[in-house]
Amino acid sequence: MAHERPISGPMITTRVLRRTFKSRKTEVEAVRGVDLTVGTAEIFGFLGPNGAGKTTTLRMLATLLTPTAGEATIAGADLRRESQQVRERIGYVPQGGSTDPSETGRGELVIQGRLYGMNRDDAKRRAAEVLTALDLEAAADRTISTYSGGMKRRLDVGLGIVHRPAVLFLDEPTTGLDPQARARMWDEIRGLREQGTTVFLTTHYLEEADALADRLAIIDHGEIVAEGTADELKRQVAGDVVTLGVNGATERVLETVRLQPFVREATTEDGFVRLYVEHGETAVPQLLRLLDGAGLAASSIALHRPSLDDVFLRQTGRSLRDEAAA
Amino acid sequence: MKTIRDTWLIFRRSLILTIRQPTWIFFGMMVPVLYLILFGPLLEGAVGAAGGGGNAWNWFVPGLIVQIAIFGTAFGGFGLIAELRYGVVERMRVTPMSRTAMLLGRSLRDVVILVVQATIMILLAIPFGLNIDPQSVLAVLGLLVLIGLSVAPLSYAAGLILKSEDAFAPLINAVALPLLLLSGILLPMTFAPDWLAFLSSINPLTHAVDAARALFNGDWGNPNVIQGVAITTICAVIAVWIGARTFSRSAA
Repeated sequence: MAHERPISGPMITTRVLRRTFKSRKTEVEAVRGVDLTVGTAEIFGFLGPNGAGKTTTLRMLATLLTPTAGEATIAGADLRRESQQVRERIGYVPQGGSTDPSETGRGELVIQGRLYGMNRDDAKRRAAEVLTALDLEAAADRTISTYSGGMKRRLDVGLGIVHRPAVLFLDEPTTGLDPQARARMWDEIRGLREQGTTVFLTTHYLEEADALADRLAIIDHGEIVAEGTADELKRQVAGDVVTLGVNGATERVLETVRLQPFVREATTEDGFVRLYVEHGETAVPQLLRLLDGAGLAASSIALHRPSLDDVFLRQTGRSLRDEAAA
Repeated sequence: MKTIRDTWLIFRRSLILTIRQPTWIFFGMMVPVLYLILFGPLLEGAVGAAGGGGNAWNWFVPGLIVQIAIFGTAFGGFGLIAELRYGVVERMRVTPMSRTAMLLGRSLRDVVILVVQATIMILLAIPFGLNIDPQSVLAVLGLLVLIGLSVAPLSYAAGLILKSEDAFAPLINAVALPLLLLSGILLPMTFAPDWLAFLSSINPLTHAVDAARALFNGDWGNPNVIQGVAITTICAVIAVWIGARTFSRSAA
């Protein structure tokens, strides 16, 4: 069921989206006013430690939880007033799986298509298509209890895209997958973007947000602490890092580059000169020219980018890596 | 229209998945079959010794069938909790499907299995001495459908709310066993002291059992029949309403 009505503007917008949970005595603010804009055919990553409010936000956007306050529009439909239209236009892949182990992969895909309103023939045809696309044909008629973790996860994604949704929500799509299955899942997700699907995914893996997301938001304690492309976010931190090998001439090199306006900070370390610069790409040629002019030569030059973990560290004072390991 | 279509889809899916694991169907019948074989003959002898009239099997088998109806459908929520854990329910909640169909499809699956189990039970009881004509069997099965629809939706609502087998199983036993004992399925309530007879009379299941017994004897004009059917119908309507509401509420 392709929804071929043109949707102008962004695919997802939220305004001060909030959700509080009441337990017996306390009230927990899981999401405290999230504002987001996600464009068409974009992979948007929602990065944060466990318990930051990622899944709660996702479940609100997928019509599973009613927001306590705030507004959202998804694929042109209002989340509160037009939840039925929202449901027709989105796919949702939950974190913990979504299939019955005693059903077959094909069986799940066919019923899913039918629940989205397809007739039996269309649902069967579409199930076959999805099975081929996700390379599950050989296992299609086996019960899901015999599937590997990676196969199950691919089937979950298949169930989310049976009706060709405009927006696909993925909750921690690669948690628990081995590196090979993860790389494969990333390819599938990129493939969806190529076909024009907007993908909104949550993750607590820095590498995943970095490698996969066109843009991302970092959430902590229910609030967005940073938003942008991975490169933009990293640049906000401290610019880029240039490491120069200078054959022992560290002091002279330091003198030469230190006062340049594009150099924020310069240090020496183990015979190398380390520079923090705004834009590494433009700084490197400038640096080379500068050294040339001063009659100095660099034996090696390396450009490092700060990681998303540096971004998280600066925004929250904690390392996401430590959180993930904890 | 959409509700009917979606109900059919869920009914079909859940029936197929249940049939793939038939152990549950037999498990659900085991206790009543044991009662039939190991307790029924005693009852027959006791009724004979007490000089009671009528066919003891025609009195006893309706009670066993109601027992199947209660225990068979009361544990529907058990399967739903497993589906909740698999993420199947959540997956379907994100689709535009009818919320009522999520309840009705599963409840009707339970009712169909119940009808099959009851039919097997009646056939098993005939060699022991049960005496029943086909129209009565059909009428009793119709009554069982109503009983099933009174119990299954409540079981699903409980499953959705509790979300854990550990909490669900004790609750169902705590509710179902007193209801069954109070409905007089094992011994006639005529032996009961006043307080017990009173409790029995306000138990809707008692009236369903009385109706089933009248139907087994082909006693169509018995006022218990119309009363039992009316009470059970009301219970079914209320249960379906509660169950459907719980499904659409928790689906936000």
